[in-house]
Amino acid sequence: MIETRGLAKHFKDVRAVDGIDLTVAPGELVALLGPNGAGKSTTLRMLTTLIPPTSGQATVAGFDVVRRQRDVRLRIGYIGQGNGAGHSQRGRDELISQGRAYGMSVRDSRTRAAELIDSLGLAEVADRRVSSLSGGQRRRLDIAMGLIHAPSLLFLDEPSTGLDPQNRANLQEHILALRARHETTIVLTTHYLDEADSMAERVIVIDHGRIIADDSPARLKAEHVGDRIILGFDTESDAAGAAATLDAPRQGRQLHITTDGAPRRVPGILDDLKAAGHPAAEVEVRRPTLDDVFLKLTGRSLREGGAEATRTPELVEV
Amino acid sequence: MTTLITDTRTVFSRELRPTLRDPFTIIFSMVQPLVFLALFTPLLPDDDGTALQWFVPGIIVMSCLFASSMTGSNLLFEIQTGSHERMLVTPLRRPALLIGRALKEIVPMFAQAALIVTVCLPFGFRFNLMGALLGLIILAAFCIGLGALSYTLALASKNQEWLFWTVQQTLIFPLLLLAGVLLPIDNGPGWLRALAKANPLSYVVDAERALFNGDIWSSATLGGLLAAAVVAALGLGVGVRAMRRSD
Ligand SMILES: Nc1ncnc2c1ncn2[C@@H]1O[C@H](COP(=O)(O)OP(=O)(O)OP(=O)(O)O)[C@@H](O)[C@H]1O
Ligand SMILES: [Mg+2]
Repeated sequence: MIETRGLAKHFKDVRAVDGIDLTVAPGELVALLGPNGAGKSTTLRMLTTLIPPTSGQATVAGFDVVRRQRDVRLRIGYIGQGNGAGHSQRGRDELISQGRAYGMSVRDSRTRAAELIDSLGLAEVADRRVSSLSGGQRRRLDIAMGLIHAPSLLFLDEPSTGLDPQNRANLQEHILALRARHETTIVLTTHYLDEADSMAERVIVIDHGRIIADDSPARLKAEHVGDRIILGFDTESDAAGAAATLDAPRQGRQLHITTDGAPRRVPGILDDLKAAGHPAAEVEVRRPTLDDVFLKLTGRSLREGGAEATRTPELVEV
Repeated sequence: MTTLITDTRTVFSRELRPTLRDPFTIIFSMVQPLVFLALFTPLLPDDDGTALQWFVPGIIVMSCLFASSMTGSNLLFEIQTGSHERMLVTPLRRPALLIGRALKEIVPMFAQAALIVTVCLPFGFRFNLMGALLGLIILAAFCIGLGALSYTLALASKNQEWLFWTVQQTLIFPLLLLAGVLLPIDNGPGWLRALAKANPLSYVVDAERALFNGDIWSSATLGGLLAAAVVAALGLGVGVRAMRRSD
């Protein structure tokens, strides 16, 4: 569905995208993850024919993005980072003219617009001026516009930014349903790590215009970070004894063990420690997040950009 | 299936819809040139009662010129919000984006032309219907070209709106004055007449005057037609190229 080779875009001296090789098969759901300015939007803008690459090439839906722009455009949908709906327009009008732009009949556009208005909860605002809509309502309208022609390849640039948790969940459901029903190939960017984690079976981490990791969320976490078991002890000597027993590094009264499948290993470890006479006082199992992966890969946290992550340490008193 | 024509209609009706939903602004802008006409015509030399015959086609050209040079101004905002980008990703044909937007400015001006002509009839203004219609087609072609150039200017001015307004204002008045729209230039100095000769709008204005007067098969008509065709082709060519290359 998508095939790029050495795809790059330089703006004067900024290497926004710096040589990306990417292959996306039909039906995949891929999330591009990266901090502000990583080059996510620029990548999508090249793949959707909006800007010409500085070098390299890309084939999207079977056509070259530079030489066969119209063929590409006919086959894709794009929900940009900005507002697709014109602010002086009314939502329903925009949906219908969007359908017309893709060659749908007036009647089909109307029907489809009504469906989307209904399913995205826009009934009350669809006939108002777009400028009077709230940020989240506008975002949902943008999404409706991108879906109007049910494209077989859909690009979404931060679709859920600005939505409240409920609408975010609703949107995710929508995207997954679309995919199940039409086998849509989906490429999205997001700052929400949990979103990438739960939706995408493939996460591509981008930094400074390059791909630095590309795998399923589970594999990324297992490969780059692994689970961590943190054991706490009442006394330093217990901790030292435990460190010797388990052959694990000690930090004061704590031991940090990096491993896979931590929850299954904890009971055994606790038994061993008890048998050795250095019982643990508390234990915490930390499952890695994609942020930990990012931190490991780049030395920086993704969450500094204001996006959120879910980290729910499982604290067990023993 | 879409064609250049259906695509143009899609863009045109999208652009016009907010205006139709809120017609007050357009009614106001339609009355403006009437005021202009009422204040300006008495100042023109009128030995043989032909002042209106000379002036009315000029005013029609002027409104159309102003309107189409503003094609890019709505665009500036839509470039910022992202809705222009959204249009660019659709398979709409690039010339349709240019023509549809320009037509949105031009069509209300044609309604206005009808109004001006009607108002002037009791004051002795006479015109040839066939000629006038042909004249409007020539004018539309010219203004589509100009609208496309205005569109291009907006693309070039993104993130620096002042550029759009500066260039638009700087170019529009010389273009207008050097075409003999408001004042005749036949008696001007040689350099002025030379500049007027190089101004494509001069030929369009001359053609409008000839056509409104019923002088259909004239060299003025041909000159206007050619000038309009050249400007239209140039504007569309430049506009499509700019859209392809714009970052
Ligand atoms: N039109 C442009 N002109 C100049 N520089 C640009 C342009 N578009 C993007 N850039 C620069 O290219 C880099 C990548 O930008 P891009 O918008 O692709 O980042 P992003 O990953 O989408 O970030 P965000 O998460 O903030 O949306 C940034 O440094 C940005 O300033
Ligand atoms: Mg972005």
